[in-house]
Amino acid sequence: MLAGMTTNVVFGLLRLAILSAALTAANGEIADYDIAATNTYVWIGQGLLGFVLLWGNNELAERVRSGDVVVDLYRPWHLQGALLAQDIGRGGYAFLTRLAPPAVFGMLLFPFQFPENPVRWPLFLLSATIALVISFGVRFLVEISAFWLLDNRGLYGFWNVSSGLLCGLTVPISFFPEWARDALWMSPFPALLQAPIDVFLGHGNVGKLLLYQVFWAAVILAIGHFALQRAVRKVVVQGG
Amino acid sequence: MIEVRELRREFKVATSKGLRRNYKTVTAVDDVTFAVAAGEAVGYVGPNGAGKSTTIKMLTGILVPTSGHLRVSGVDPSKQRRDLAKRIGVVFGQRSQLWWDLPLGDSFDLLKSIYRVSAQDYKARLDECVELLGLQELLITPVRQLSLGQRMRGEITAALLHAPELLVLDEPTIGLDLESKERLREFLADINTRRGTTLLLTTHDLDDIERLCPRLMVIDHGRVLADGPLDELRAEVTPERELVIDLREPGPAPDVPGVTAVRSEANGLRHHLTFRRAETSAAQLITQVVRQVEVHDLAVVEPEIDDVVRKLYQRQVQQDAHR
Ligand SMILES: Nc1ncnc2c1ncn2[C@@H]1O[C@H](COP(=O)(O)OP(=O)(O)OP(=O)(O)O)[C@@H](O)[C@H]1O
Ligand SMILES: [Mg+2]
Repeated sequence: MLAGMTTNVVFGLLRLAILSAALTAANGEIADYDIAATNTYVWIGQGLLGFVLLWGNNELAERVRSGDVVVDLYRPWHLQGALLAQDIGRGGYAFLTRLAPPAVFGMLLFPFQFPENPVRWPLFLLSATIALVISFGVRFLVEISAFWLLDNRGLYGFWNVSSGLLCGLTVPISFFPEWARDALWMSPFPALLQAPIDVFLGHGNVGKLLLYQVFWAAVILAIGHFALQRAVRKVVVQGG
Repeated sequence: MIEVRELRREFKVATSKGLRRNYKTVTAVDDVTFAVAAGEAVGYVGPNGAGKSTTIKMLTGILVPTSGHLRVSGVDPSKQRRDLAKRIGVVFGQRSQLWWDLPLGDSFDLLKSIYRVSAQDYKARLDECVELLGLQELLITPVRQLSLGQRMRGEITAALLHAPELLVLDEPTIGLDLESKERLREFLADINTRRGTTLLLTTHDLDDIERLCPRLMVIDHGRVLADGPLDELRAEVTPERELVIDLREPGPAPDVPGVTAVRSEANGLRHHLTFRRAETSAAQLITQVVRQVEVHDLAVVEPEIDDVVRKLYQRQVQQDAHR
């Protein structure tokens, strides 16, 4: 865990250095990010990364491939619901071990932009939790694609490399040209990372951000639910 | 308990690689019909690829039949999978339903919550299994450290915690040593007779059937070749039984009508005779034999169950050849 935390902090410092350099070149401000906002963006983002778990371990897909998924399927539970509950439980633990440490690190050592209105703290928590649910939903879809693809590692790898850019981890979404920005906010991806950060920073309308997140959480979970149903009806469970 | 009519499952398999795939249809289960009543213990056997696991997957609702009628415990498995899961227990010999990194006891606790078993029932059932299967010391052991035989005992306990009316086992004794097998059989026989749990099991070890299952179903190429009490099947396909006699003094085999002397051993001290069970009873035969020779010891040998199954397969091959 300590090793993970160190890696996380090193990456945070790296991102901060790059973004600060860009900021200095642009006379201290890009879009609505000054140095304090950028710093906050980086460290909250580093924490959210592990909390929402942008990149899972593809374990379910491996179970689909090996056929072990039969064991999950014949239990008297809604598989997606059970796994979501499990992921939220993981989130509770990750809040302390993954989200808090880099955030506190950033707060203590760098200029930090704290929410002006204290109500933003619980709203941020809510937003982060919805982000976790959406992240779970996307990971679930990537994993159960194995029912059709058998080997989903291509898709899994593609998600791992592209999600950073799409979700606002690499640079804030507001750094993008307008057309890309608009397109991304039509997609669910910023809801995984950029939205909770915006709630924290007070960028944009909180109510709208939360509604946007809830909408995508519902859509993605529904797609997952029907996809699994279909997978089980149409697709063959492997192995003797 | 189980009602199956003209159950069929086909698979599409690719016959060539590359861009232009050709597919052919494999019929894994081919219009199978059978019924299992509550409290029965049925053995489901057949060679590799016969369609046993495919049938079991359909019975447990994880594979949708291509066609046919299917009811298990009164429900349609693939449509009411969750309902069914509460009523039946499933053990796949080649897969684990335990949590690899957790101690065995914690896996059981989790299952208690998943199946919503009351604390009282849970304790009673777990204690019973722990005692009969000797799991006391294993409860605190992480599952990944258990031997295959120990894990199998854990798997069976896990499948019984919600007191299912039907227990389906796909190769439960695979890879176990003789003693572990015996222990498992004894336990399963016990829950079948005492609790009345219906058993359906597939196996390649026909001793499992001999010990556990009064009824045998033989399947090959997706079709049921035979279904009935083991004794009847034995009588049907191997009409001959064998009488082995040990004489006091070496001598020729006794000559009784309707009996063939197949071979003798130990310089004429031991003789193997075969007779048709429909024509001669063992008692009659023995009376006649002891009149002719002085017998030291004798035994009536039933054909091995493997022979029975082998004969059933051969019979099918011949029938297919005639068609
Ligand atoms: N997922 C699948 N895709 C294609 N064909 C399959 C699939 N599963 C099973 N089959 C085919 O269906 C047939 C029956 O397989 P099944 O696993 O039911 O056999 P089995 O009786 O359990 O054999 P074994 O004793 O080896 O376990 C085999 O010919 C097998 O190749
Ligand atoms: Mg099998």
